[in-house]
Amino acid sequence: MATADDRSMHTPDGTSHANAAAGPTRARRIAVPAITVAVLLVAWEIVVRAGMVPNFLLPSPTQVVAALVGDSALLASHAGTTLVESALGLVIGVAVGFVAAVLMDRFETIYLALDPLITISQTIPTVAIAPLLVLWFGYGLAPKVILIVLTTFFPVAVSLASGFRSTDPDMIDLMRTMGASDLQIFLQVKLPGSLEQFFSGLRISATYAIVGAVISEWLGGFSGLGVYMTRVRKSFAYDRMFAVIILISVLSLALMRLVDLLERVSMPWKQEEGK
Amino acid sequence: MATDSLNNMPGNDVPPILEARHLTLSWDGGAHVVVRDISLEVGESEVVCLVGKSGCGKTTILHALSGLTAPIEGQVLLRGADISGRPGKVSYMLQKDLLIPSKRIIDNVCLPLVIKGAPRKDAREIAAPLFERFDLAGTEQKWPSQLSGGMRQRAAFLRTYLQGNEVALLDEPFSALDAITRVDLRSWYCDMARDLGLASVVITHDVDEAVSMADRIYVLSGTPRAGVPTTVAGVVNVRREQAMAQAGVDDFALTPSYVACKRQVLELLG
Repeated sequence: MATADDRSMHTPDGTSHANAAAGPTRARRIAVPAITVAVLLVAWEIVVRAGMVPNFLLPSPTQVVAALVGDSALLASHAGTTLVESALGLVIGVAVGFVAAVLMDRFETIYLALDPLITISQTIPTVAIAPLLVLWFGYGLAPKVILIVLTTFFPVAVSLASGFRSTDPDMIDLMRTMGASDLQIFLQVKLPGSLEQFFSGLRISATYAIVGAVISEWLGGFSGLGVYMTRVRKSFAYDRMFAVIILISVLSLALMRLVDLLERVSMPWKQEEGK
Repeated sequence: MATDSLNNMPGNDVPPILEARHLTLSWDGGAHVVVRDISLEVGESEVVCLVGKSGCGKTTILHALSGLTAPIEGQVLLRGADISGRPGKVSYMLQKDLLIPSKRIIDNVCLPLVIKGAPRKDAREIAAPLFERFDLAGTEQKWPSQLSGGMRQRAAFLRTYLQGNEVALLDEPFSALDAITRVDLRSWYCDMARDLGLASVVITHDVDEAVSMADRIYVLSGTPRAGVPTTVAGVVNVRREQAMAQAGVDDFALTPSYVACKRQVLELLG
């Protein structure tokens, strides 16, 4: 049957609108920030080489790269420890956050009980609680993983709980007219409908995981990027200090990209919505 | 004139499929009565429209008919069995198509079957042959966001049909669509519903839509928010086939009966 559906999809100038809304091209999106970073690095190099800042206080970018390459084997071994702690903490943190969000959605009493507690827990500075965890659990893996769990469960729990609560009540009514159980409503509607919020939370948690691991390593441990950082700071090796900072940034970015990739794979319909 | 006089009850001898008997409904468990003592009947393959101004409680009535809410007085009967407050016995379709963005169209329309426990594969096998009949061929593997408004609403109707009930309740199902699509889709819907033997209760505030679609129109009047509960102001029976035969035209909108029905509904609405 010929309906107006197809007619309503086209506008005479639809293409020009689409181009205007598309924004900068991909090449431009990559080139502009790349050039900005390159200019800043060159300026930094010039400032250090010209002696405007004493070299023992600020190493030049080339010195940092040299330190990164020179210490690569040692950095890789420390990074391995940090990544294991981060991954373990993140997985447990996400699991705890997920369970908390589900319970808060299912039982209003639990929501009312946990909501303020979760918010309050995030006002406690990580650096303040880390020494306590070391005191209670020693210098091993446990205090580091616990600290990461404490920092990573929050974004996931809050974003998921908000996703669950924002489910369209009409959708829930419709499911009930189909005879759906609470579990079916959760699995078919609430959970897929909250995936976008979940990944927003997970992206934040992923960055917290690496930073949380490094902070906990500052306060005690035998291996990890935080331990390495403390050692090079004490020996005033600022080129290595910058090298490890760059490595931490790269690891955090890589983890965020991994979350983006996971999001794209898990939500194929979002690709179509953008077209 | 082919239109019955005001307040005529349906002149149908066949027992109704869905019947509301003396329904009194409330938004807050009884303190604030929204709808008082409403009765209506829906026969086999009939399209019944409820027309009333915004805020008069049309959706509240539909919620009660669907079993989502229980009446404080009265009963909802499906083939004589009391289904008051028991959802799942009649199908429901809303103004929003409510297709789940994360499911492909085939899985969206299969949802009622999956909820009833059918394996996904079996549900797809049942739904797939219906796509052509619902003008949805080729959309099976698409995401809802890839479909136009009219196609999405047809997919929502296929999902409603696959609930497998004899009665569908439609809450302003075409009001979110553009004018041309709306006209096309409502005549498509009426043809399909009759073909499928599906009885429908449609709520609308568009008098033309009601007169075009309905076999019978219940005109509601009342302003619950001002403390005046809604009641049935009158019932208008629409004898579409006879009117077209008498006038010798194939479009009901061109008959004197269409205008007479519309005038009656407007008068009842006040």
